[in-house]
Amino acid sequence: MQHTISVLVENEFGVLARVSSLFSGRGFNIDSLTVAPTNEEGLSRMTIVTRGDENILEQITKQLNKLIDIIKVIDFTGGVAVEREMALVKVTAEDESRAEVLRIVDIFRAKIIDVTPKSYTIEATGSPQKIDAILELLRPLGLKELVRTGAVAIGRGAKGWKG
Amino acid sequence: MKMNGARILLECLKREGVDTVFGYPGGTVINLYDELFNFKDIRHILPRHEQAGTHAADGYARATGKVGVAIATSGPGATNTVTGIATAYMDSIPMVIITGQVPTALIGNDAFQEVDIIGITRPCTKHNFLIKDVNDIATIMKKAFYIARSGRPGPVLVDLPKDVQIAQTEFVYPETIEIRGYKPNLTGHPRQVEKAVAMLLAAHRPVVYVGGGVVLGNASDELTTLARMLSLPVTTTLMGLGAFPENDPLSLGMLGMHGAYCANMAMTHSDLIVAVGARFDDRVTGKIATFAPHAKIIHIDVDPTSIKKNVRVDLPIVGDVKDVLAKMIKQADKSRDKAADFAAAIASWHEDIAGWKAKHPIAYKQSSTAIKPQFVIQKLRELSDEDAIIATDVGQHQMWTAQFFQFNRPRTLLSSGGLGTMGYGLPAAMGAQAAFPKRQVITICGDGGVQMNIQELATLVQNRLPVKIVILNNNFLGMVRQWQELFFDKRYSQTCMELPIDFVKLAEAYGAKGFSTAKPGEVEKIIKQGFKHPGPVIMEFKIAREEKVLPMVPAGASLNEMVLNA
Repeated sequence: MQHTISVLVENEFGVLARVSSLFSGRGFNIDSLTVAPTNEEGLSRMTIVTRGDENILEQITKQLNKLIDIIKVIDFTGGVAVEREMALVKVTAEDESRAEVLRIVDIFRAKIIDVTPKSYTIEATGSPQKIDAILELLRPLGLKELVRTGAVAIGRGAKGWKG
Repeated sequence: MKMNGARILLECLKREGVDTVFGYPGGTVINLYDELFNFKDIRHILPRHEQAGTHAADGYARATGKVGVAIATSGPGATNTVTGIATAYMDSIPMVIITGQVPTALIGNDAFQEVDIIGITRPCTKHNFLIKDVNDIATIMKKAFYIARSGRPGPVLVDLPKDVQIAQTEFVYPETIEIRGYKPNLTGHPRQVEKAVAMLLAAHRPVVYVGGGVVLGNASDELTTLARMLSLPVTTTLMGLGAFPENDPLSLGMLGMHGAYCANMAMTHSDLIVAVGARFDDRVTGKIATFAPHAKIIHIDVDPTSIKKNVRVDLPIVGDVKDVLAKMIKQADKSRDKAADFAAAIASWHEDIAGWKAKHPIAYKQSSTAIKPQFVIQKLRELSDEDAIIATDVGQHQMWTAQFFQFNRPRTLLSSGGLGTMGYGLPAAMGAQAAFPKRQVITICGDGGVQMNIQELATLVQNRLPVKIVILNNNFLGMVRQWQELFFDKRYSQTCMELPIDFVKLAEAYGAKGFSTAKPGEVEKIIKQGFKHPGPVIMEFKIAREEKVLPMVPAGASLNEMVLNA
């Protein structure tokens, strides 16, 4: 089963390497991983999308917690968090397909961020499932290039999650 | 007062109570060694190889319980420490390793003797630090020692570039340290302890399964008290040997691949296993699917990742084993009214165990013509001091030592359990002897492993460290040969050490004393002479070449499928 794990880390040299080598060394999967600084100075937040059964997930969170530079680990599973992802997509857009691309962009509330006579570059934001859906529709029209950020997640509710 | 980084580092070591370091100079630590030249508070021992220096620091740490310290230069010096670090990491040994690094401006440029030792040791250290600013040395050293010795201990590497050693700043050592991402949970949850004792008192076939955590956590007294209070059978892992006196009738000895029949049968038939500071290693469990099929498992460990990693656990207790065991004793004391019923309930279990003990004790066939290695080990126990420290290498001799020596005190066996590092014994003994100059320190080795760090004879002689080196020589890499005999139709591929080494002359070449014999009748005499000699000694025993370590659970088999005679 897929899990989204948020990890609050010290914004220090080598932290990303520690986390990624933990995953590779112990044979855990990473579907996506994002990391950037938070509003608190010296802290970064990683969002890791991984998969495994209950025991593996328990080991993943325990092993992450064991790393000295990791301050908090939370496994967001079962609708307790909002997840978003952004994709930048370059699609072929010539003749009659130009209008079709625009319609899809409109339906998904995406944006055109670069235009040439032969292509559109699209910025799409939403849940990972929404990104999958728009890509599904764009693919037959000619997908030239795709970049996805990987999911970021934040807990629902009024309470903030701090270091 | 302003000091350079090198001096600050030494001051930090002093503040942490370090009295001995094992180190090897080189280009990027030359400034550190220059400061050491006049620094009288720390004894520096120069090994002949950085790997041995790291093992010596490890042996020092295991024997004393303090943090062992090793120093090496950048590049090859640093990479040579890696085996020593990985050995310590697998066995949770508190160590701080200091490596020199090329000047910060050159890092990443493939400079002379540059290696990314932080990257290399990331998976085999508890944590590591690259110090880029002289102002950070004191705080990082404080953190390094705190991390190394607290919670589940482990090695911490500190990489110190040359320019940071030269830079100057005010030295202020922090009194305390707070690391927000590192808060080991040391106190066992009282409710969990209550439940554990209730489960224990309801059991009919309990076994206490003890690992190295009890030694590391200095919890032998608590363990012994609890076991004797409730008459609980106790089995230990290799790392746990000495945590519970093996001469106690409740001791089942070691369990696992080369463990005692009674210990493995007890695990297989148990209805409640209390695991204390152990991690259900594959050498202990055998085939996981059939491991302890009837038992509920209580798992006490300071490291939450050890719990439920390999086996299902019915009751986890995260905490320092000393604290948890002390609480269990109190709780058991409160439940005294149930003690009589419990004793009656487990009486037939003790009979079962006594039956297994009698049926297949750890034993060997004596010979009048060839020296049996087990006989040498028994003689060593008989003739050595009660508090003698034994360091082993890895292989057959290690298992014979575990089976036949009988360890009654914690921190008297130093052995590479997790990583299984050949070449560990001699330098580890060296470290222990440096810590305890007056105690008897013996390393038991095979002819293979001893040659992996034999150069340390020079360190022993130079530093007057009277380590007694026992070599059980079968001119084979014996454990691999045993596997080849049993599982590969005796195809002894590359396990015969054909060239006979004259270990007596070798000892003499280094200025040590050497003895050698192939006669069983001379074993006792040589051990006595060796022990009597005031300096380092090699005692070589040319043993029965194809003697096997038995019993044995073949790899992948269940614990109760032991090969008893082969």
